[in-house]
Amino acid sequence: MTSPSSGEAVAKSSPGGLGWLLEQRVLLSIAVLAVLPWLLPSQALAVNVLIYGVVVMGYNLLFGYTGLLSFGQAAFFGAGAYFTGIAIGRYGVPWFAAVPIAVGLSTCLAAAIGIVSTRTRGIYFSMVTLALAQLVYYVALQASSFTGGENGLRGFTVDRISLFGLQVNFLDPVNKYYVLMIFAALAMWFQSRILNSPFGAVIEAIRENEQRARACGYDVERSKLIVFMLSGAISSLGGCMLALHLSIVPLDILHYQTSGMIVMMVLLGGARSFFGPFVGAASFLILEDVISLWTPHWQIFVGAIFVLFVLFLPKGIWGTLLDVLGIGKARQ
Amino acid sequence: MDLSLIIMQLLSGIALGAVLVITALGLTIVFGMLGVVNFAHGALFMIGAYAGLYLASLTGSFWWGLLLAPILIGAFGMLIEFVLIRRLYGRSIDDPLLLTFGLSYVLVEGVRIVFGSDGIPFPTPPQLIGVLDLGIGFFPRYRLFVIALVAVVLLVLWLTLEKTRVGLIVRAGARDPTIMQVLGVDIGRVWLAIFGLGVGLAALGGVLAGPMRSVNPEMGSLVLAEAFVVTVIGGLGSIVGAVVAGLMVGISISMVALFAPEMATIVMFALMAVVLLIRPQGLFGVRGRTA
Repeated sequence: MTSPSSGEAVAKSSPGGLGWLLEQRVLLSIAVLAVLPWLLPSQALAVNVLIYGVVVMGYNLLFGYTGLLSFGQAAFFGAGAYFTGIAIGRYGVPWFAAVPIAVGLSTCLAAAIGIVSTRTRGIYFSMVTLALAQLVYYVALQASSFTGGENGLRGFTVDRISLFGLQVNFLDPVNKYYVLMIFAALAMWFQSRILNSPFGAVIEAIRENEQRARACGYDVERSKLIVFMLSGAISSLGGCMLALHLSIVPLDILHYQTSGMIVMMVLLGGARSFFGPFVGAASFLILEDVISLWTPHWQIFVGAIFVLFVLFLPKGIWGTLLDVLGIGKARQ
Repeated sequence: MDLSLIIMQLLSGIALGAVLVITALGLTIVFGMLGVVNFAHGALFMIGAYAGLYLASLTGSFWWGLLLAPILIGAFGMLIEFVLIRRLYGRSIDDPLLLTFGLSYVLVEGVRIVFGSDGIPFPTPPQLIGVLDLGIGFFPRYRLFVIALVAVVLLVLWLTLEKTRVGLIVRAGARDPTIMQVLGVDIGRVWLAIFGLGVGLAALGGVLAGPMRSVNPEMGSLVLAEAFVVTVIGGLGSIVGAVVAGLMVGISISMVALFAPEMATIVMFALMAVVLLIRPQGLFGVRGRTA
């Protein structure tokens, strides 16, 4: 693969062989995801890692790369799922059209929330995104004729899809995984393109020093709004995948606990690293799976582990690993 | 619409707002001094309610619960600052937020283990059961008590901050902690005390709210969002802002509940969005403070 972005990525030089390997981060990530169902104890877990990985990856664009700690990402994850479900179940839209429609509508939602929240800075941003995401939660709760309210959205099932003239049984977990992996691969390619573009350099500049970025002539507010929308768009794709996977949308998806879970996942895996979100999603879900085998109170352990990570391992599993191997430095 | 009904609803709103004021005040004081947003504030509010309930049943009196729960939970808050949050000073402003977020998981699940997941009714103290005739309508005695108590607590806080030596140190420490250290003030001790005070206020809010809503492990998450909205509207770090915004939000919720009940849960968020569009730093916030 000749790097498609080498023309634009003036800011990043590729330092020799290692650099070439890292240029292929999308292909490497896809390769790992392709064998994931055979590495994990169950197919269901692998599908969840895939879905949450995409959601967290979108969130990482905002938190890891731009340095904006949002506590409202569940709004877009949920919006993607709800819009997909409503489009298929209520309006009979075929699934392949429902997904782009849902992502588009969710991006509009992200624009609305972003216009209000990106006006604020620092810690304010976290509080405002949390509050606005709660607003989305309550709206979905009240608009029960559309969303099913507390019972969640039901009544849409995608059981059979045709792909390039091929009929695929979507109820088979392996087929389902690989169909959803196409979405994940597209999302990864998209995210990698953003990060390699000049815009990707701008958002990292904003994270490192907002005032300097402003002084260099970049429109910080507009860049934040754009990255907020892009992040929402990618996370909402994860929502679409969840809707296709579960055939129901639980209301809890919009709750701030979900936003918090996304934050936990990105930190466990490692913010600012490309594959970290998938590592984070996998570790969180495995942790949940393992601990809930012997106690229903798994959250107390997950919370404690998270606290330890904040204190002692703020770069997360993947980020720390890259640092130890010296790859992290080469990237920066 | 009947005028007296509107006035009664206004009073309800003030009672609701009073609890919000106390809770948001704890959040905003801690931020003003330490620059830390305590994400576990809602969980500590909930623990305060449980502690009040437990102590009340242990001593047989609501009043002991009301007095002891904030003190005990406040001391617990100081322990949290001393063991965990202290390590994060000087690091990114997001780190304490993330840490207390993880802590809230531990606290909520801990309460589930000890007290179970189901809601527990919090009995109104016998002296305050029933309603009082205000001439234009009947109003629950307990809610009047909440309004009065919050007013007293606010007055005491204000006098302490403005008129005492301790208050002087606190105000100066909020403005410039380095200079305070140079002047020989142990700022670490001040921060410890302030964090304890903030957590104590959350617990007080929890005990006060107990008889007005049932006590359950999840009650903190809604309260946290409410306290965030109030502090954002008022301006983070501003005490006057917390008071004004808390009452504003309480009154808006109960007024909207009167005219359009289905909008009641949404109105405070809409209010926040409007305030942010006009004044991103909040009504009483200082611009650039939250950078």
